[in-house]
Amino acid sequence: MPPQPPARDVAPTVQRLRLRYAKRGRLRFSSHRDFQRALERALRRARVPMAYSAGFSPHPKISYANSAATGVASEAEYVELGVSQECDPEAVCRALDEALPPGLDVLEMVVARTPDFAQRLEASLWRVELPGVREEQASAAVAALMAASEVMVERMTKNGLRTFDARGAVIHATCAAGSSGDEPCAILTMVVRNGTPSVRPDDVLSALHSVAELVPPIPPRVTRLAQGPLDAAGAVVLDPLEPDRAAGS
Amino acid sequence: MTSPGASVFDRLERLLPFVSKPIQYIGGEVNSVTKGWDDVEVRWALMYPDAYEVGAPNQGVQILYEVINERPDALAERTYAVWPDLEALMRANGVPQFTVDAHRPVGDFDLLGLSFSTELGYTNMLTALDLAGIPVLASERDSSHPVVVAGGHAAFNPEPIADFIDAAVLGDGEEAVLLITDIVKSWKAAARPGGRAGLLLELAKTGVVYVPSLYDVEYLPDGRIKRVAPTSPDVPWRVRKHTLMDLDQWAYPKAPLVPLAETVHERMSVEIFRGCTRGCRFCQAGMITRPVRERSITGIAQIVENGLEKTGYEEVGLLSLSSADHSEIADVARNLADRYEDSQVSLSLPSTRVDAFNVDLANELSRNGRRSGLTFAPEGGSERMRKVINKQVTEEDLIRTVTTAYAGGWRQVKLYFMCGLPTETDEDVMQIATLAREVIRAGREVTGRKDIRCTVSIGGFVPKPHTPFQWAAQLDHEATDARLRKLKDAIRNDREFGKSIGMRYHDGKPGIVEGVLSRGDRRVGPVILQAWRDGARFDGWSEHFSFDRWMNAAAVALEGQPVDVDWYTTRERQRSEVLPWEHLDSGLDIEWLWEDWQDALAEIPVDDCRWTPCFDCGVCDQLDTEIQIGPTGVVTLPMPELPPIPVLASRES
Repeated sequence: MPPQPPARDVAPTVQRLRLRYAKRGRLRFSSHRDFQRALERALRRARVPMAYSAGFSPHPKISYANSAATGVASEAEYVELGVSQECDPEAVCRALDEALPPGLDVLEMVVARTPDFAQRLEASLWRVELPGVREEQASAAVAALMAASEVMVERMTKNGLRTFDARGAVIHATCAAGSSGDEPCAILTMVVRNGTPSVRPDDVLSALHSVAELVPPIPPRVTRLAQGPLDAAGAVVLDPLEPDRAAGS
Repeated sequence: MTSPGASVFDRLERLLPFVSKPIQYIGGEVNSVTKGWDDVEVRWALMYPDAYEVGAPNQGVQILYEVINERPDALAERTYAVWPDLEALMRANGVPQFTVDAHRPVGDFDLLGLSFSTELGYTNMLTALDLAGIPVLASERDSSHPVVVAGGHAAFNPEPIADFIDAAVLGDGEEAVLLITDIVKSWKAAARPGGRAGLLLELAKTGVVYVPSLYDVEYLPDGRIKRVAPTSPDVPWRVRKHTLMDLDQWAYPKAPLVPLAETVHERMSVEIFRGCTRGCRFCQAGMITRPVRERSITGIAQIVENGLEKTGYEEVGLLSLSSADHSEIADVARNLADRYEDSQVSLSLPSTRVDAFNVDLANELSRNGRRSGLTFAPEGGSERMRKVINKQVTEEDLIRTVTTAYAGGWRQVKLYFMCGLPTETDEDVMQIATLAREVIRAGREVTGRKDIRCTVSIGGFVPKPHTPFQWAAQLDHEATDARLRKLKDAIRNDREFGKSIGMRYHDGKPGIVEGVLSRGDRRVGPVILQAWRDGARFDGWSEHFSFDRWMNAAAVALEGQPVDVDWYTTRERQRSEVLPWEHLDSGLDIEWLWEDWQDALAEIPVDDCRWTPCFDCGVCDQLDTEIQIGPTGVVTLPMPELPPIPVLASRES
């Protein structure tokens, strides 16, 4: 019998581009897989010359890092692209942002000039709006959480129910008063270490429930404001693209 | 009090964290359109009455969405069936059925258009109406409610849903929605003369739509229909289907929607022709979409090129009822394969024609890709059965075709069959096992390998209106299941070939409900309402479908009537019986349909009128249409020159 058709030539990677994008408004309900499909299609619409993997079904060279959960908004999601021709990162940034639906917004792009990008995403800065919760209530709960050395929480994962500590990863957390229409709305800001098992904002909320019976009457709105390395004092989340920028200038 | 057309997203958003796959309710698709509510005069909500993942790729809805939105004086938004988890939350929180485009309440629109590919969407329509605050019974609506219009293939017999819809469109929707928009616009501009009834009468008078409430159905004591007659002298006795001619002039969708959520078709679809005259007697689509109207090779290439640019899809499906039958298909396939050879774009031709030419086409389109599986549809297991259904394929044809496929590197062949066809016996169905065996034997011989496979996929036959089998008795579900069991045992017990043959099938129960809904009359309406009140939703999904619920609903709703489920399904009709859909004109001459039914029983085939003289099915004469096919003479398309890639780094830097 005749052989199957040969695998086609693969476009090799000549340049890597790192980008930051936001997931805003109603688009925060997109899952990671939804974003992957949308990005791949937008790259084709924007005619970005992607590099492809070898094999029978070649895939564009895209690496995703640490994406926010479905339902969570973000100002700081990161992706790395491998392209087969040298590109102008600002032109790609504009074209790709234009090609993606509003709400999936490409904010900046740099040429990758340094290794180990994923390890640089040490911690996240989160903002959690708690409509229907008063500031004093939230502050008391946060104080109780921070006073504890360990707060075990449960979460359903693909591999079944897991129990883990949600306190250890929380570097610091503060509360402020805000408003959402006529209702009070506490705003929780916190820095949480990215790690394994990953502690997500909803795990911290479970911990607040566990230590102080805090139960938001309305679903909280969670936004990742920043993601990156911690400063020397271990408190502030820095820009993870800065090393690439510095290496290029 | 909120103003009409105001978004309900704020209220919906609070429910989304608690439902599965919330992305399906947010809209935001690439190429979707949102217009200002007050910038237009006529507003359509378009619904595909199934889950978003099934409804969003639907071509009919996408085409009408674009056709309407191209008008400056009209807008169209889309709505889909919400899953029971969200339905419960919407009811508890008073959130109405909404559109995914601007999240407007469906009840605020002038018109609600529903596209029914299958009758199993009827209960989802009732859920949507109820959630929208629109009375489910058309008779209880007033001028504040949208006009509910049904279209799609199932609308060729809308009698079972006559209680729930205001109007039905038969046939191609492109021109029909424009005509309806014009009529609604004039009626609104003239301060709504006659109110809702005045508008429906106006719509019915023109013959653009069928308005069930303007027709009376009388019954005979034995349950059969005595006659169906209009209640007003201004309304036509029969309503005709719409037929769009010159498809190249209607290159829709021009900007296909690209959903964010995962859907059942992750590709761009291009309709290469409409209609089919192969004459398969079981096939409602082939009968009601005549005549054949092709898009030209240049028209197809333009749609593909433009669509890929606007969507970023990686796969293109060349769709129609029998794609290998396009008069220019070989050139279309060669040209598109050449054009996209160096890109990652893959082309597919979902054709099931049983011949070597079809395999050649598949080889051409998969030049660079993987050759996994090919599908063929002999439909009937025995030679005799295939004569009855007019599927003119011999066993020799099939073996020759699959041999070519296996020799060309295809590993897996899938064969489609039906069970429960008119005059069928156990022996006819058992022939499926024999055929599958011969397919594997031939495949092993030509490849010298044992790892080739054949899957037989079997669907239960449901007789449909406007086909020669509209008079036939449907096989009851017990007999269907018994036949399938026997076949399964035969395949499983085959020591030599059984392991290479897979079998996929469904039990016969859903087919009985589909049968009632397909050939039912207005007395089936209360059955649908009862089933829905008892919880029927998403009847096309086996995890939601309940046969017992439907049978109980039928028993309750048909109590005291001379008819029951068997009467609608397993009963053979006589020529003299008035069929519930006889006043709806698909163009097919009923005498021709009856003769074709008699020919089926006598096992006499009928040819395709594209290649043999007209056999007077009636469509072209009665509807003043004609077959529009090529070849156009164009065999080589210019290769478009791509502009330079805009995002490259400049050379000097």
